[in-house]
Amino acid sequence: MKHEDSSRERLHSRIEEWRRRPMRLHDDVITSAHGAGGKASQALLNSIIFPAFEIVGAAMDGAVLKSDPGHDLVVTTDSFVVTPRRFPGGSIAKLAVNGSINDLAVMGATPRWMTVAFVIEEGFEIQELRELVAELARAAVDAGVSIVTGDTKVVGRGAADGIYVTTTGVGTRARSIKIDPANVRSGDSIIISGTLGDHGIAVLQARGELDITSNVTSDCAPLHTLVEALLTSGAETRWMRDPTRGGVASSLNELAMDTELGVRLNETSLPISRSVRGVCELLGLDPLYVANEGKLLAVVSSETAEMALEALKAHPLGRDSAVIGEMTSENPGIVVLETLFGGTRVVDMLVGDPLPRIC
Amino acid sequence: MSQFTDFRDPVAARKVLGRIAELAANQPHRKFMEICGGHTHSIYRHGLEELLPENVELVHGPGCPVCVIPMGRIDDAIHIASQPNVIFCCFGDMLRVPGGKSNLLEARAKGADIRIVYSPMDVLSIAEREPNRDVVFLAVGFETTTPSTAVTILEASRRKLENYFVMSNHIRIIPAIKAILDSKDLQLDGFIGPGHVGTVIGNHPYAFVASEYQKPLVTAGFEPLDILESVMRLLEQKSSGRCEVENQYTRAVKDGGNPRAIDVIERVFEIRPHFEWRGLGSIAQSALKLRAEFASFDAELRYQVPGVKIADPKACQCGEVLRGAIRPWECKVFGTACTPETPIGTCMVSSEGACAAYYNYGRYNKAPRIPVRVG
Repeated sequence: MKHEDSSRERLHSRIEEWRRRPMRLHDDVITSAHGAGGKASQALLNSIIFPAFEIVGAAMDGAVLKSDPGHDLVVTTDSFVVTPRRFPGGSIAKLAVNGSINDLAVMGATPRWMTVAFVIEEGFEIQELRELVAELARAAVDAGVSIVTGDTKVVGRGAADGIYVTTTGVGTRARSIKIDPANVRSGDSIIISGTLGDHGIAVLQARGELDITSNVTSDCAPLHTLVEALLTSGAETRWMRDPTRGGVASSLNELAMDTELGVRLNETSLPISRSVRGVCELLGLDPLYVANEGKLLAVVSSETAEMALEALKAHPLGRDSAVIGEMTSENPGIVVLETLFGGTRVVDMLVGDPLPRIC
Repeated sequence: MSQFTDFRDPVAARKVLGRIAELAANQPHRKFMEICGGHTHSIYRHGLEELLPENVELVHGPGCPVCVIPMGRIDDAIHIASQPNVIFCCFGDMLRVPGGKSNLLEARAKGADIRIVYSPMDVLSIAEREPNRDVVFLAVGFETTTPSTAVTILEASRRKLENYFVMSNHIRIIPAIKAILDSKDLQLDGFIGPGHVGTVIGNHPYAFVASEYQKPLVTAGFEPLDILESVMRLLEQKSSGRCEVENQYTRAVKDGGNPRAIDVIERVFEIRPHFEWRGLGSIAQSALKLRAEFASFDAELRYQVPGVKIADPKACQCGEVLRGAIRPWECKVFGTACTPETPIGTCMVSSEGACAAYYNYGRYNKAPRIPVRVG
């Protein structure tokens, strides 16, 4: 009997040893097992998620963040459902990181930490997941942001379109920085950091539903260093936005409503690439409403507009920066565009959604 | 030649505007109607009205095919779209056009498979990809879009596609212009002629406007300079006592039109005795349906549509706006009960509709005129 006991003991300890080994991921596609919280979930996390992100709170249910003295924490969250998942100039992964970074940046915050949650449809290719996670990690590292915690859920086939990504960004902001529509005054200058509509048109093209080809590339990029360049330029920055869905027109409409001032834009000064202009003309779209994912829209005092422009143009992401208009006391709450001929028209909020999912 | 620079050249525009001001100075109040919604859109988009002298007024006509779709037709479309096994395809503009109770956007939210397409040929591809589903195309538009619908039917016939159907709402411009010229409250001095339709039917069919109704017409392109030049030419005719049909859009419109396009229309379509227009009522011979030869592609024969006529809402003055009798903002519900978010009338739906164009682009207090920057 003794012999039997010891062999059973050996067996148990061997099982235990194997049980403690990190789970290996052998599957080609995501199945419901990967979302069940069991061993397959562990395998997915251990072989793809944790190694990519060096997650600090892996064994815990949350991460602890420490702010700096004299700073506030700024938090933002955003979900990404873009289709197609890859497009010229970016992917859902890059977008998810840069999107949250940009929301923090235009709040005047330095992006520091990020959480990532995936909702994955059953049947999603593990290889693609691996690539997207790697891209996401790289985008975070490039921007100096640590991914501190996350979540992965699997839903049944048809319950999601491939993969959805949600990121929550946390940044720190010095208490001295005041970005508030209440600071905006009539006469202030409106600056955009580059060409309009590149992201929206690139995604529209990548969907392959239009028989149009152009070389438009998404402008997807993290804006925090560009914002830093502006904030340290000495220019009086009153307000900032990254004009994503709905484009510059929608952001400025919100500004006009918030401030009860008017916005007057000058059509001749709007930076729009030839390709974007061409595609927009063909499809009857207005570049002012087309999404951007790497543009800074800022309001600065008119006296310091030149200073701001100089600082932005010196940055690689701001070379095509331009003053595109000004705040006015006329037509409060309304955005008016002075057309090429000196005619004028209202630039209103968009009704409905003429474009497919773009972010 | 670049469309974005040459036809939008502020210096050239200034010259034309100068000439317009000169001509208008010696004339009474002039009302010119641009028939085509594309012109309406361009006029507002580029802020042209504000640049014209006060006694030159532009009136926005019925040439927005979306705007003239009666509510009953939308109900028919919803009925077809809601059938099981149907993939219903239409242009994006159509989704929010109000029917009797609902619109296609709501029908889609409730589960109808409604897809936005940019070209009728896309619908044909869908039909090929989905052989087990009925794929229905909601065809709308004047002679401009009719040939492409006709081509899809000829193509479907050639490829022996049995699951492609068309619900034709194709309409004809000439009967519509006649209806306007015959209306009692007409106060127009001339027309900016629809350039896109002209590319298909040519400039000859407009001749009656001058010969029978003594109104000048200048067929125009869609760039701001095209429109300004056409206004200038109308004023020139008025000032010299001429009344002619001219063609400003010679780079696209030939006098005889496009014979091949006319030919495909005639092969596939025949004239309906009557068709209901939103706001304008029933207009004889104003629309097209599929010829008997192509009846197997006709969605209205494939499905029993309710075909109920629904009177336009009482508060809605789309008809008067479309006839140019009142201006958009003179309508009782403009901008209050009727907005682009909650349109009562179709003129508020399409970006080419007169009301939507004014609401979207023209709703501001005119600032003191700012001189055009030269160069």
